[in-house]
Amino acid sequence: MKYIDEFRDGGIAHRIAARLADESDPGRSYRFMEFCGGHTHAIARYGVPDLLPANVRMIHGPGCPVCVLPIGRIDMAIELALKHHAIVCTYADTVRVPASHDLSLMRAKARGGDIRMVYAVDEALAVAREQPEREVVFFAIGFETTTPPTAFAIRTAAAEDLRNFSVLCSHVLTPPAITAIVDASPDPASHAVELDGFVGPAHVSTVIGSDPYARFARDYGKPVVIAGFEPLDVMQAILMLVRQVNEGRAEVENEFTRAVTPQGNRIAQELMDEVFELRESFEWRGLGSIPHSALRIRARYARFDAERRFGLAYRTVPDHRACDCASILRGQKRPTDCKLFGTVCTPETPMGSCMVSSEGACAAHYTYGRHGDDAQRGAA
Amino acid sequence: MCLAIPARVIAVTPLGRAVVELAGVRKTISTALLDHVDVDDYVIVHVGYALTRLDAQEARETLALMERGAGVVGP
Ligand code: SF4
Repeated sequence: MKYIDEFRDGGIAHRIAARLADESDPGRSYRFMEFCGGHTHAIARYGVPDLLPANVRMIHGPGCPVCVLPIGRIDMAIELALKHHAIVCTYADTVRVPASHDLSLMRAKARGGDIRMVYAVDEALAVAREQPEREVVFFAIGFETTTPPTAFAIRTAAAEDLRNFSVLCSHVLTPPAITAIVDASPDPASHAVELDGFVGPAHVSTVIGSDPYARFARDYGKPVVIAGFEPLDVMQAILMLVRQVNEGRAEVENEFTRAVTPQGNRIAQELMDEVFELRESFEWRGLGSIPHSALRIRARYARFDAERRFGLAYRTVPDHRACDCASILRGQKRPTDCKLFGTVCTPETPMGSCMVSSEGACAAHYTYGRHGDDAQRGAA
Repeated sequence: MCLAIPARVIAVTPLGRAVVELAGVRKTISTALLDHVDVDDYVIVHVGYALTRLDAQEARETLALMERGAGVVGP
C-alpha cells in the first residue's frame, strides 16, 4: 500500500539503526518523549526499542486521548445516560474506561443506559435526526485531531436547527500538555523525568502545524522532531533528535513533511476557533489541572453544550489506588512498574485508562512489548 | 482511536464527501476540512474526516533522505 509499505521497509530501518549506533555518543544518555499515543503504539508494535542503542531511551508521553480523561469526566457522561436518559454517543475506546462506583460507560449500558459507540460524530448527528423525541449527546474526547470534526458537527446542528443534539466537550490541547511536562522538569521535588527532546505528534501536527512547538525549542531548549506514524518515521525522527543533541541545537524539525506544514490546516483551525474557546483550566489524568489546556463551547453555541443544557458539574475523583497511570502519563514510570500490570489489569479487564486503548502505554506494552522488557530494563 | 492510515480517494461526491479505499475497504468520509480533493489523492483519515492530503513529492524526498542516511529535513 502506498505511503505505508515503503515506510516499513526493514532494510532501511536497519540502516537508520546502524547510523544511530554510529552517531550516538556512548558517553551520554538520550531520553526522548514520544508525546503521542500513536507513536507509543508504533514503537511497541514494531519493536523500535530493540533497534535503538542502549543509551537511547524512549519515554511514553500523555498523548493518548482516552488515557488522559479523568474519571470525573466519564462520570458526567454516565450521569447523562442514567439520570437524564440521554442517548450518549462516543468513540469506541471511551466506553471501557473505568469510572466511579465500579462503572464504565459499558457497564452503564448494561444497567440500561443508551450508550452507542460511533466511528464518526456524523453518526451521532444521524441518531439525533432519526430520534427527535430523544436527547442525543456526543461525548467528545481527543486532541486537535478529533476537535475539528466536533466543531463541524456543532455548526451543522446549528444550521439544521437540530434541537435535541448536544456535545459534552472534553477536547484537550497538545501544546499546554507539553508545557506542563517541561515546566515540571527543573523541580527536583516533582520527581519529573529529565528529557532531551520530543518526538512531535503526527496527526495533531497536520492540524496545528509545526509552528506551535517553536517555544519548546526556543524557551526550554528542547529539540522537537515531528514524525509520521510508520516505524521508519519514528526511527528517522530519533536519529534527527540525536543529531540535534550532539550538535547542541534545539530546533523544531519536521520529518513528516508529506503531511505537515508549518501553519497546519487553516480550515480546521478556523472551525475550532469559531465553535470553541479556551477553558480556564482542565483536569487531566496524571498531569492534574493545567491552565488553558482544553476547550469549551462558545456562548453563541451554548444550546449545544451538554454541560449547560443539563446543568452538569465536574467533580474530581481520585484514581484507583494501585493504578500507576498518573506516573506513567508523566513519563516517570513504565507499565511494568505497576503491580497490577498483566495480572489484575489487562486489556480485557482494564483497571486504569492506560490499559484501555491500543495507544495507551500499558495496553501497547501488554500487546506487543512484553518480550522486550528485560532488555529495556537493563538499558535503563 | 488515533490510528489512521493514508487512504486513496476513488470518488468525490457532492456535499463535501468522498469515497476512499483503505486496505481494500471502501468508506465514505467527510472532506469538510480540506479546500479540495481529487480522485487519486491520498488523504489521512481520522474519525471519518480527511485531515490532510499527502504530498507525493515530499514523501519521495523523505524516503530518499532515509536511504541516504542524511536525515536533515527542513521545518
Ligand atoms: S497496568 Fe493497569 S492499573 Fe497499572 S498503571 Fe497500567 S492501567 Fe493502571
